Amino acid sequence: MNLSFLPVLPEIVVLVGASVILLVDLFLTDARRHVGYWLAQFTLLVAAAVTVRTMDIDVVRAMHGLVVDDLVSDLLRLFSFVAVSLVLVYSRSYLAQRGLFRGETFVLILFALLGMQVLITANHFLTLYLGLELMSLCLYALVAMQRDEVAPAEAAMKYFVLGALASGFLLYGMSMIYGATGTLAIDKVALAVLADTENRVLLVFGLVFVVSAVAFKLGAVPYHMWVPDVYHGAPTAITLLIGTAPEFAAFAMILRLLGGALAGAEASWTGMLVVLSVLSVTLGHVVAIAQTNLKRMLAYSTIANMGYVLMGFVAADVTGYSAAMFYMVAYVLTSLVSFGVILLLSRERFESDRLEDLRGLNARSPWWAFVMLLAMFSLAGMPPTIGFYAKLLVLQSAVSAGYTWLAVVGVLAALVGAFYYLRVVKIMYFDAPVDRSPIEARGDTRVLLSANGLALLLFGILPQPLMGLCAVALFQAQFY
Amino acid sequence: MAPTMTPYLSLAIWVPILAGVAVLVLGRDADAAKARWTALAGALAGFLVTIPLYTHFDATTSAMQFGERREWIPYFDIHYHLGVDGISVLFVLLNSFTTLLVVWAGWECIKVRVAQYMAAFLIMSGLINGAFAALDAILFYVFFEAMLIPMYLIIGIWGGERRVYAAIKFFLYTLLGSLLMLVAFIYLYQKSGSFALQDWFVLPLALDTQVLLFAAFFAAFAVKVPMWPVHTWLPDAHPEAPTGGSVVLAAITLKIGAYGFVRFILPILPDASHALAGFVIALSLIAVVYIGFVALVQTDMKRLIAYSSISHMGFVTLGFFLFSAQGAEGALAQMISHGFVSAAMFLCVGVLYDRMHTHLIADFGGVANTMPKFAAFVMLFSMANAGLPATSGFVGEFLVILAAVKFNFWIAFLAATSLVLGAAYTLWMYKRVIYGDVANANVAALTDLNRREFWLLATLAAAVLIMGVWPRPFIDVMHVSVTDLLAHVAKSKL
Repeated sequence: MNLSFLPVLPEIVVLVGASVILLVDLFLTDARRHVGYWLAQFTLLVAAAVTVRTMDIDVVRAMHGLVVDDLVSDLLRLFSFVAVSLVLVYSRSYLAQRGLFRGETFVLILFALLGMQVLITANHFLTLYLGLELMSLCLYALVAMQRDEVAPAEAAMKYFVLGALASGFLLYGMSMIYGATGTLAIDKVALAVLADTENRVLLVFGLVFVVSAVAFKLGAVPYHMWVPDVYHGAPTAITLLIGTAPEFAAFAMILRLLGGALAGAEASWTGMLVVLSVLSVTLGHVVAIAQTNLKRMLAYSTIANMGYVLMGFVAADVTGYSAAMFYMVAYVLTSLVSFGVILLLSRERFESDRLEDLRGLNARSPWWAFVMLLAMFSLAGMPPTIGFYAKLLVLQSAVSAGYTWLAVVGVLAALVGAFYYLRVVKIMYFDAPVDRSPIEARGDTRVLLSANGLALLLFGILPQPLMGLCAVALFQAQFY
Repeated sequence: MAPTMTPYLSLAIWVPILAGVAVLVLGRDADAAKARWTALAGALAGFLVTIPLYTHFDATTSAMQFGERREWIPYFDIHYHLGVDGISVLFVLLNSFTTLLVVWAGWECIKVRVAQYMAAFLIMSGLINGAFAALDAILFYVFFEAMLIPMYLIIGIWGGERRVYAAIKFFLYTLLGSLLMLVAFIYLYQKSGSFALQDWFVLPLALDTQVLLFAAFFAAFAVKVPMWPVHTWLPDAHPEAPTGGSVVLAAITLKIGAYGFVRFILPILPDASHALAGFVIALSLIAVVYIGFVALVQTDMKRLIAYSSISHMGFVTLGFFLFSAQGAEGALAQMISHGFVSAAMFLCVGVLYDRMHTHLIADFGGVANTMPKFAAFVMLFSMANAGLPATSGFVGEFLVILAAVKFNFWIAFLAATSLVLGAAYTLWMYKRVIYGDVANANVAALTDLNRREFWLLATLAAAVLIMGVWPRPFIDVMHVSVTDLLAHVAKSKL
């Protein structure tokens, strides 16, 4: 047993940072709220630096086997820091205009991030559950931050009730698995599942609930009902947060639970994932066509994209997992851009979240129209953007697992999806602008959002480094 | 092998793309002249770097020439692998040449967002060259798909009234086929462990697998060609596209579909190709005959030329699936000739459209009275479109019909009806538009070609005549490659 604190140092940093902001915020006047913002950014920077410094390829189980520190958890934590940091940059003006640029927001975001980190490093059902709850509770609160508005309150309520149900599912499933294996530590569960191939009834019973809970968190059909309402109702800055960093945590959750603990029962869960995947990619893409609200449309697009992530898991091998991880990274990178542009276009008392708000963007600002175009084609899986390679990897892993028909379903659904992504491009490029007001944004937002947009193209032309990184991380991690 | 190591193919791809980016960066909407001149310089440079591909080409071998191979995505063993043989080299040249014409043709008639218009064509030109030169399936796919994006924007931004419908239909139709092809690529990768085309050429495949893969590839390329019955996007796209868009669409992008047949379907799936040849021949003949009749009744010039393109491309697919050197060479010659002729026809319609803002046949009549020079050019191109001897249109059709006679008389008979039908619909359109009395005040007010338009059409007229009178420089380049391809296709892969 390793009692070193090194593997959890990034968590300690974020915890300390969040607590400091909580205290410092008491002494800040409204004019100096940006101190909290910069402290949050500083915390993220230190946490990222610590993660990079302590990164190594060994698999370390620390804190009496409660957490695991491998390359996967290092990378996912690092990606989460980057994502949260960008979320803060992109949403700064938006938060300020709506009176949300406050210490509580930063503290809640950091605690949500802490929850993600705990989830990402979990090697124990309890740690995993704690991380999940910490993350979810903070996100519920963040959705409801605009107290006077109806839509966010309603969204938060739905999010909370359905999220609590999913947590219940997860706990119930875990207790069944505990009953079947006699342990809660993920690596020990994995060995027990492999050793005992006879009595599967209890285990599979628990497994069904675990898969349901995972699907809930991911937003896969038929557990997707919360996604459109929450994406739509939450303030766009919080939608951006929900749609990005927690996806890494959700990926880690599936990886630890299905690829780790329940790897031995793979024959039971791949079938379920195939069904979830087919339903998500088709229903997500088809329903997205009918949306007139951009955030709602992107919510359905998220549902469909999570279907593709599950397609990577269907192969139930390391190549498939690394395909899913690459997909997740590509998706988050793209989401940051698409929601980032919505935030950039929004002003005081103007959300810019309807499709027609993008009308004639090319005439107003060719550059931001181009950045949004990259995001849309990346979501549609068109080369030369990163989204193409994401699709290529998951389709390849589905074909290699013998599910060629699943890949065909995947591409046909992608065709349906292309229609509404193209419609966004159409609105930006072919329609005449209605709103001709100039686009104002802070310099740091402009630079980072531009870089973020170009990254979609750059990784689309040279995808190898990122692909290799995901593959190396997964191949170094221990699976059973 | 060329004695030089200059990466001509990379230059052919990246010079236009970088020029396009430069146009975007330099050209502001307020300063359109700068965008035009930068674009012209870029297109010219893009054409000049492709000339060594022809002059240094070794026509005595079917091996891939001007090869470049660099590691690109080692994770999947994907390489940046380029090379051309006698089949593809001419299309790289044709494409770069057409881009030059398109930039020139859009000089005055494009007034809004000039920089974006020029840049879209330049970037697309580089991507198309990439598709013709790629020897790695994923590299090909990236170029093949990416070129949809600029074309979508070209139709949608600078197109006619129903441009949005046309642009989305064009995009989704072509995307459907290529996505199925992507699954086929992945399947072949799974079988062979590589995305290199040359590995796939020798990969043994069972017949039922070949037939499934054939269906996937066919979906991609038949839509692009386009073959009956998946042709309906083309007559919708053409009338809505701006002149330059129509030119590139007809002259180049259709050829990529046909090129896919020779580069992918025939050598990778020879047994399925033989087994399904009757099916492809039947579809080709329907295109030649039925679409020929459809062209006859069109009231819009651009739609008429679009249908005539489908009919002519029917000859191309027919020629490939006769499995004889004459047929395949005829098909390739037809592709190049159609590149010149359809480009010229669409430019001629563009000349009228710039003046009258319509391309309905009924709005014209007696144009010869006001535009005599123009009428002469249209006469030449109409004759070429009808396949008159001594024009480029004759070479391909004649070779294909010759090959068809050896294969089966009735197939040749049906194919030959195209000579009658082609003459009928082209010349009848010519009669209604050019001859007769001056139809209305708008036609009476027409002015003849200006200097830019004159030289534009004169260049194409020269190309059409040279290829018609002396086709050997074109045929000789492809001969060895075609013979080797057919020898390869004759060998079973079962």
